[in-house]
Amino acid sequence: MALTTQRVDVPVIVDESKCLEKCQACIEVCPLDVLVKNPETGKAYMKYDECWFCLPCEKECPTNAITVQIPFLLR
Amino acid sequence: MTNTQHLKTDVLVVGGGTAGTMAAIKAKQANSEAEVLILEKANIRRSGAIAMGMDGVNTAVIPGNSTPEQYVREITIANDGILNQKAVYQTGKLGYEVIQELDSWGVKFQKDTYGNYDLKQVHRVGKYVLPMPEGKDLKKILARQVKRHKAKVTNRVMAIRVMVKDCRAIGAVGFDVRNGDFVVIQAKAVILCTGACGRLGLPESGYLYGTYENPTNAGDGYSMAYHAGAELTNIECFQINPLIKDYNGPACAYVASPFGAYTANAEGHRFVSCDYWSGQMMLEIWKELNSGKGPIQLKMTHLDEDTISEIESILWSNERPSRERFHQNRGENYRTHGVEMHISEIGLCSGHSASGVWVNEKAETTVPGLYAAGDMASVPHNYMIGAFVFGRLAGTNAMEYVQDVSHLEPDADWLAAEKARIYQPLQNPDGIPHTQVEYKLRRIVNDYLQPPKNTHKMDIALNKFVNYHDTLNLMGARDPHELMRCMEVHFIRDCAEMAARASLYRKESRWGLYHYRLDYPEKNNQEWFCHVNLKQENEQMTLFKRSVEPYIVDVNLETEVYDVKVTSK
Repeated sequence: MALTTQRVDVPVIVDESKCLEKCQACIEVCPLDVLVKNPETGKAYMKYDECWFCLPCEKECPTNAITVQIPFLLR
Repeated sequence: MTNTQHLKTDVLVVGGGTAGTMAAIKAKQANSEAEVLILEKANIRRSGAIAMGMDGVNTAVIPGNSTPEQYVREITIANDGILNQKAVYQTGKLGYEVIQELDSWGVKFQKDTYGNYDLKQVHRVGKYVLPMPEGKDLKKILARQVKRHKAKVTNRVMAIRVMVKDCRAIGAVGFDVRNGDFVVIQAKAVILCTGACGRLGLPESGYLYGTYENPTNAGDGYSMAYHAGAELTNIECFQINPLIKDYNGPACAYVASPFGAYTANAEGHRFVSCDYWSGQMMLEIWKELNSGKGPIQLKMTHLDEDTISEIESILWSNERPSRERFHQNRGENYRTHGVEMHISEIGLCSGHSASGVWVNEKAETTVPGLYAAGDMASVPHNYMIGAFVFGRLAGTNAMEYVQDVSHLEPDADWLAAEKARIYQPLQNPDGIPHTQVEYKLRRIVNDYLQPPKNTHKMDIALNKFVNYHDTLNLMGARDPHELMRCMEVHFIRDCAEMAARASLYRKESRWGLYHYRLDYPEKNNQEWFCHVNLKQENEQMTLFKRSVEPYIVDVNLETEVYDVKVTSK
């Protein structure tokens, strides 16, 4: 199968200057399990564009590093 | 090489949402010595339909306000008579105890100045809505109680099939959605609490996960119960909701109508007399949208500032708090704009309509040792309190059942075949992405199954869904996370086939828009006052009629018709 990678505007934005390397709070609470750590930087990011804009990640982040936007197609 | 984890428990609860957490707690309360395990594909702290709490109870039968008999009567009429009254009665009877227990755990319900529960009327007749303006932490409180009761929790493992041997449920298989381990759990009883099939139709926005239900709820339990040989029922009674256009969440009339808000057409006129969600209401909405008087709206612009502020404080902190930023992005405000609403895509959910796995008043399915509760168990209009009540019944009854049975070893050949089937997409990482396979499947659901239902279109749909097995085999996954989504597409396909077959089988119209057939536009009680059930038999999906259980509360359905149409405008 020939595949391509498409650019997408993702809903979950992480402010890397505030994200704590040892913290897993957002990753643990996401119902869709879309957040992971970048192994090189230790910062969280949205790896899979599968968001319910439900906000546990944003609410449970201890440093307010996360902003959830309404997904572009719905905005 | 995939690792295999072997787990063993007395009672296995699949899904740790509303019903699942309560089932585990009640099972432990019934026997604290026995082992109870919750298997959850997310994390029970924030999973399921109430991940971000709930702004109210919709089916609260509180002494002094209403009786279980009145509640059963109202739901019987709203569901056009097709229900097992004994099961619905349980929600009416036990809901009050559930609310009291939740209250004792720190869940806050609205009370009046005398300390009594402050009920509101949203239903056509009777007060059953109990606001929870501070309901945002409901799920965290439940997770804490699960821990306190020493039920075990395995997060991030997704169940795929119930194991059956000697005609009874003996556990489940699944996999860890992070490390990919194959997980085999032996249990003496299994309780399925996996929520609705919320990813059946495709939202108009085109965003796969922009659904009303938590999109993790992909019909997992409907499919698992089916493959375990259990009966499902009322599948043709779809879930279709009036939702905020594009956002696809509740607007929410259940919260705002007691404050004076109402559903109106574009001219600002009421066209339904009651904002309680029913198929009959949805049919009026469909007609209004097709009358030239649409779009429709939830109208609050006539309310005073204090009232609107209070509504905002509830709607923007509970259930779907991102409503706030959705409206703000568009520069819209309840003071100046009605909330534009539309008809959602279809789903399966007995929490709102009636489609689900057949259960009796003990939460038993038709397979011994297999129980179901919550949105996936067919107890019409059961909502959150019904999920708690049936979670409670399932937990208590499953614990009683396991006293007399032992663990059984699963069949090795079956396990090997199942493992190969599940992991196949990982062997094919360059296969078609699950997103495209899912998008096409759900687009076909919209094109051919969205009511009003048309026989020719449903025949085409059924053919496409049956052939879609071949398409599923083309899917590729690059990691366990993508494998999870691939397996969900399998569940969605199963639900789509059930939805098409059940809709074709019932040759009449019933439940307003939920089952409105253009070629059989009238209700036909002579031939169709019955359930349409389905089950797997000899590898075939078999449909049949099942009689409605004798009523325990008298209702004259000839004179009591659920009519919410407003005729004079």
